[in-house]
Amino acid sequence: MANIMYWEAIQRAHDEEMARDPLVICMGEDIGVAGGTYKATKGLYEKYGPLRVMDTPISEGGFTGLAIGASFLGVRPIVEIMSVNFAWLAMDQMFNSAAKVRYMSGGQLTAPCVFRSAGGAAHQLGAQHSARMEKVFMGIAGLRVVTPSNPKQAYGLLKSAIRSDDPVFINEHELMYNMKGEVPDGEYFHPLEGSDIARAGTDVTLFGYNISVHWCLKAAEILDKQYGISAEVVDLYSLSPLDREGIRKSVSKTHRVVIAEEDEAPVGVGSEVIAIINEECFFELDAAPVRVHSALVPQPYNHTLEKAAIPDHEDVVKAVLKLFGRG
Amino acid sequence: MKIEDKKRVLREMVLHRRFEERCYQAYIERKIGGFLHLYPGQEACCNGVMEAARPGHDYVITGYRDHVHAIKCGADPKEVMAELYGKETGSSKGRGGSMHIFDAAHRFMGGYALVGGPFPLAAGIAKAIQLKGGDEIAICFLGDAANNQGVFHETMNMAALWKLPVLFVCENNLYGIGTSIERSTAVVHQHKRVAAYNIPADECDGQDIDIVYEHARKAVEHVRAGNGPFFLELMTYRYRGHSMSDARGYRSREEEETWKQRDPILMLRDRLITAGAMTMADYEALEKETDAYIENDVIKFSEESPEPRVEDLEKYVFADRETQLPWLTGKAA
Ligand SMILES: Cc1ncc(C[n+]2csc(CCOP(=O)(O)OP(=O)(O)O)c2C)c(N)n1
Ligand SMILES: [Mg+2]
Repeated sequence: MANIMYWEAIQRAHDEEMARDPLVICMGEDIGVAGGTYKATKGLYEKYGPLRVMDTPISEGGFTGLAIGASFLGVRPIVEIMSVNFAWLAMDQMFNSAAKVRYMSGGQLTAPCVFRSAGGAAHQLGAQHSARMEKVFMGIAGLRVVTPSNPKQAYGLLKSAIRSDDPVFINEHELMYNMKGEVPDGEYFHPLEGSDIARAGTDVTLFGYNISVHWCLKAAEILDKQYGISAEVVDLYSLSPLDREGIRKSVSKTHRVVIAEEDEAPVGVGSEVIAIINEECFFELDAAPVRVHSALVPQPYNHTLEKAAIPDHEDVVKAVLKLFGRG
Repeated sequence: MKIEDKKRVLREMVLHRRFEERCYQAYIERKIGGFLHLYPGQEACCNGVMEAARPGHDYVITGYRDHVHAIKCGADPKEVMAELYGKETGSSKGRGGSMHIFDAAHRFMGGYALVGGPFPLAAGIAKAIQLKGGDEIAICFLGDAANNQGVFHETMNMAALWKLPVLFVCENNLYGIGTSIERSTAVVHQHKRVAAYNIPADECDGQDIDIVYEHARKAVEHVRAGNGPFFLELMTYRYRGHSMSDARGYRSREEEETWKQRDPILMLRDRLITAGAMTMADYEALEKETDAYIENDVIKFSEESPEPRVEDLEKYVFADRETQLPWLTGKAA
């Protein structure tokens, strides 16, 4: 096991796959000579050259479409969208071309593309650079959506995404690139579907994904130490499809649910998880599930307002205590 | 430009330079957060164009490198700085931050963070001017790399097709973050790109304010006279990194020095001194006065201003509910 950073894990996955297959290429703004805004492609330009590591113009719609077109002929592009806020400009191609081409061609064409992007709110980046957009991607038929919460997932999910024959959107997080964690030394493929149990528990299930997994873990620690509540943390790293079976299993064990998401509530992961619970195991519930989520506002620049808009582990603790009537 | 105007513009440009340098310091002191894109090196672009136009009357829109454009349009430097401090007294009430300075009263229509986003907004502002029949024009200041967005071409086509009163100013500083223009763009000279839409265009030195002014005057006249859009490219250079975490590894220190030899402020200063309009001592006094103003007024105001209240988190998301009830409830008379 190597203890490496999230960005290093992503870089390693790129490197291994590019070394293996000459048709794996990557592209994006400032990813080549500059090595990537978050260093996720560091050193690749020097190693694989400009034909395979492409610094693109600021043309998100254009280069995303170009990558998808190349993938029709078997190229495996990894497209970096510098920040998920810019993905709006690429969505037409991702949704209308990549996600649908297999279906509308009756299986003749496929778009085995990987789109990676830094999501989440960092610090005071303001309304146009702080979006959480996983909800936008997770309702698109034909597009897989995964979101790594640690270096192992970041590495293993990217490896699997590159090999997969479907288009995959990988939602990373601006604040997590320097997070360290254990990654297997040998090649490792994280399943694209399913969920991980980040911490086992018996009294309540905390569902999280990406950064909110860390709020849940921290909350579980506090709940255990200070309140004697045993929380299970389920990491929903696959947002599309969501792991119905994993959700059902954990809820059937704990009978209480909190869903923590950095995104705003409407039409989000929380609403979707609750819908799945209703469909799969409604009678297992001892209490109504609670969502912890951001305020429905464009992200404010001011530090205090920003903090007020985004939840953290304390909000998860509060939600659990409320569930147990101890709030 | 008349000599008195030149002296005034020099004063403004010194303020613009020192203001930005003070922002840098405030960022290091963690008074300012988020992204911070500074303007030193490019002052002659905004100043030269706006001297030829009518600040506060003509509508201006730009990207994230927006402090100086706002101030030039008439925004109070105190309010711009307070915005960077995230204060309630800031130009966007602390909600926007560095990339989103707005001052509608001075017709500064904002800074936007998505590269290329302002192109069609500028055309839309021009459309509104056309409909309303005013003599204003819309001026869109953007960088060179923004022209690689598809919306650039879409906007040029519409602006030409509908003869919209909009002046596109391309501040070509040769880089988009760390990628040099030769590595991102098939044509380095951006004004050539609008020929396909029959939009008249011009290119000039963006460091010499007299030159910028002369070229901008013709451009502004063309647009104001109702001849439709114009595209003006100014060759310039940003001294600092793209934003705050940029070690500038993609360009050489020699290249930077070459550009600094033609500093827009120093060139204007020397010209005024040679013309006998001011002395070096005057200039030094001007710098001191400017710094004192920034410290005693701008920074003090920003430091002392209140933060927004957390209770107001959702203010400005929608129009005040009371004002909308007839439509929200379907009970319009
Ligand atoms: C749609 C979009 N893509 C990417 C970015 C990231 N980004 C911010 S500024 C910039 C470079 C823009 O360069 P240019 O237009 O030349 O303006 P300059 O910063 O040089 O003034 C990039 C790529 C963004 N903000 N928006
Ligand atoms: Mg530029």
